[in-house]
Amino acid sequence: MPQDRDIAIDVQGAVKRYGTFTALKTISLSIRDNEFFTLLGPSGCGKTTLLRMIAGFEDVTEGAIYLYGDEIDTLPPHKRPVNTVFQNYALFPHMTVLDNVGFGLEMLGKSKAEARARAGEVLEMVQLSQFAARKPSQLSGGQQQRVALARALAPRPKVLLLDEPLSALDLKLRKAMQVELKHLQRETGITFIFVTHDQEEALTMSDRIAVMSAGELQQLGEAREIYEHPRNVFVADFIGDTNLMEVTVDAVSNGRAQCHLGGGHRLTCDAVDGIGPGAKVHMSLRPERLFLSADPVADESLKGRVREMIYIGTDIATIVDLDGGPQFTVRSSNSSRGNARIFEPGTEVAVNMEQGAARLLID
Amino acid sequence: MAGGGATGGTVQSETYREARTLLLLPAWVTLGLLTLAPLMIMLVYSFLTKEFRGGVIWEFSLDAYDQFFFDRGLFGDEPPKIEWTYIGIFWRSIWQAGAATILSLLIGFPTAYFIATRPEGQRAFWVFLVTIPYWVNLLIRTVSMKFLLRDEGPLNDGLIGLGIISEPLGIVNTNLAVQLGLFYSYLPFMVLPIYAAVERYNFALSEAASDLYAPRWAVLRRIVIPSVKPGIIAGCILVFVPSLGSFLAPDLLGGARTFMIGSLIEEQFKGNAGNWPFGAAASMILLTMVLFLLMVFARQSRKEAA
Repeated sequence: MPQDRDIAIDVQGAVKRYGTFTALKTISLSIRDNEFFTLLGPSGCGKTTLLRMIAGFEDVTEGAIYLYGDEIDTLPPHKRPVNTVFQNYALFPHMTVLDNVGFGLEMLGKSKAEARARAGEVLEMVQLSQFAARKPSQLSGGQQQRVALARALAPRPKVLLLDEPLSALDLKLRKAMQVELKHLQRETGITFIFVTHDQEEALTMSDRIAVMSAGELQQLGEAREIYEHPRNVFVADFIGDTNLMEVTVDAVSNGRAQCHLGGGHRLTCDAVDGIGPGAKVHMSLRPERLFLSADPVADESLKGRVREMIYIGTDIATIVDLDGGPQFTVRSSNSSRGNARIFEPGTEVAVNMEQGAARLLID
Repeated sequence: MAGGGATGGTVQSETYREARTLLLLPAWVTLGLLTLAPLMIMLVYSFLTKEFRGGVIWEFSLDAYDQFFFDRGLFGDEPPKIEWTYIGIFWRSIWQAGAATILSLLIGFPTAYFIATRPEGQRAFWVFLVTIPYWVNLLIRTVSMKFLLRDEGPLNDGLIGLGIISEPLGIVNTNLAVQLGLFYSYLPFMVLPIYAAVERYNFALSEAASDLYAPRWAVLRRIVIPSVKPGIIAGCILVFVPSLGSFLAPDLLGGARTFMIGSLIEEQFKGNAGNWPFGAAASMILLTMVLFLLMVFARQSRKEAA
């Protein structure tokens, strides 16, 4: 049994089955103390199930969950010192904002006055003091979201669970709340476990991310690691935009793998354990790590013809058909310092890549 | 223009108004003919003089109300004292109806909660089960209740057989029998509105409460019950009001000591011994009382909603 005080939540071989359907297949992961940890994945990947198992709303079919070394998976939700911010907030409609926020403290046996005093403090922290006497229905969506946050923080939980808390907000408010949540996490020093299907949100906010799919953990790591070193096809495809294509490995030497694409285009990638000569595997190339030029700048420049140019605002995306082969998207920053040379459709160009941009993936 | 939709020109709105009057006519006729007119007849009759073989003499009189509230001796020549008999009957009726309502709530709430928490496809079936007994005539159901409760009936036999009691409980002809009868008569009126309210209840609120350290009973008391309160109030009114004026259950299951308003009023209009103005007056007093209670209820729930 783990006794490590640096581990807030330790999930050991947790399995969740509903009848014959397996929602979660043997997940093991450790969430560190004082960490902003994100469970990321498409809907139905099991991330919310895992969060609900930590909160106590779902039984653990097999395995165990520890909170700072204590096994909690058999405790009912009201005996677990963790609090949840629900997706649709689940504020109590018949109580004032102040009583909503004070509810958890009252249930912990604090007097009504004590609960209200602490609730007032937390409301101040989320800048909602002037709405204390209102009912939740009298607040905007963003304000309700902050009340839900205050309510979950008021009892000073050991771990705060957030179930897609920003999904109901509009884009601008969501961006503002992302920053605010990150600040709150640093200020309070509470471990946050955040569930989202939005990869950009996950990259922006998290210390570490667990990418999940089909009830399995695909990759766990820091944002940069997951974005730049995706372990498999699912992670590379799900996180950010990428050029995902099949390559054949010709030779491996000195930690480098010589490969070729359809159409005979040759390129070199970092070698990956378990991928040897003759293997047909996928390769990921981030569009922003490619650049275009009129003439090839290196041996491994890929020749092609511009099919389409898309103006995005911050960036310009150019879609290039390689000679006799696949299609590439190249993305360049739209600034005078950037490499945004504009190539009209039909122009012959060379696609060049930065060192280490091409990554081989296991399936 | 109250409650109407906004319309463009004057001409248009006049046609609209005419059409609306015409369309509302059936509702007004029904209301007037079936509710207002009978009520007015009752009100008028309560202020008339009684005819000895039933019916009334068309002569204004306050005798009916006087008889209800005051005792002037056998020959009507003594100084008036408060007449406690009828007030007592009213009080007992309120108490009986109240007890039946509380009993219905205690059984009806868990039943409604159970039905509302079944998978969606099964709920209609459970509601159907609750309503099945009501396909049988009320009279037959009440008589059957008597057979179940009597000293030689299955209830007492069963309890004696199990060794829980040694003598029959003697329930029939007591207040309890009447309460059980009323409870059984009106239980669906408690179950259905509460079921409707619980079905609309957002169960994520229960999860949020237990996440915030509320044990089960606190979730129920602090979150579930306040959320479904309108359904509970509706159910209580729907059971209490008809129980108050009921005469079948008290007549068949109760004895002389369980006499209720419904029976009192019924007697005044039955056969030749009746007193129509007195029956009408008792009805008006009952109506006033019920309206008063409903107003108190309504004000209370409005105050809490604010």
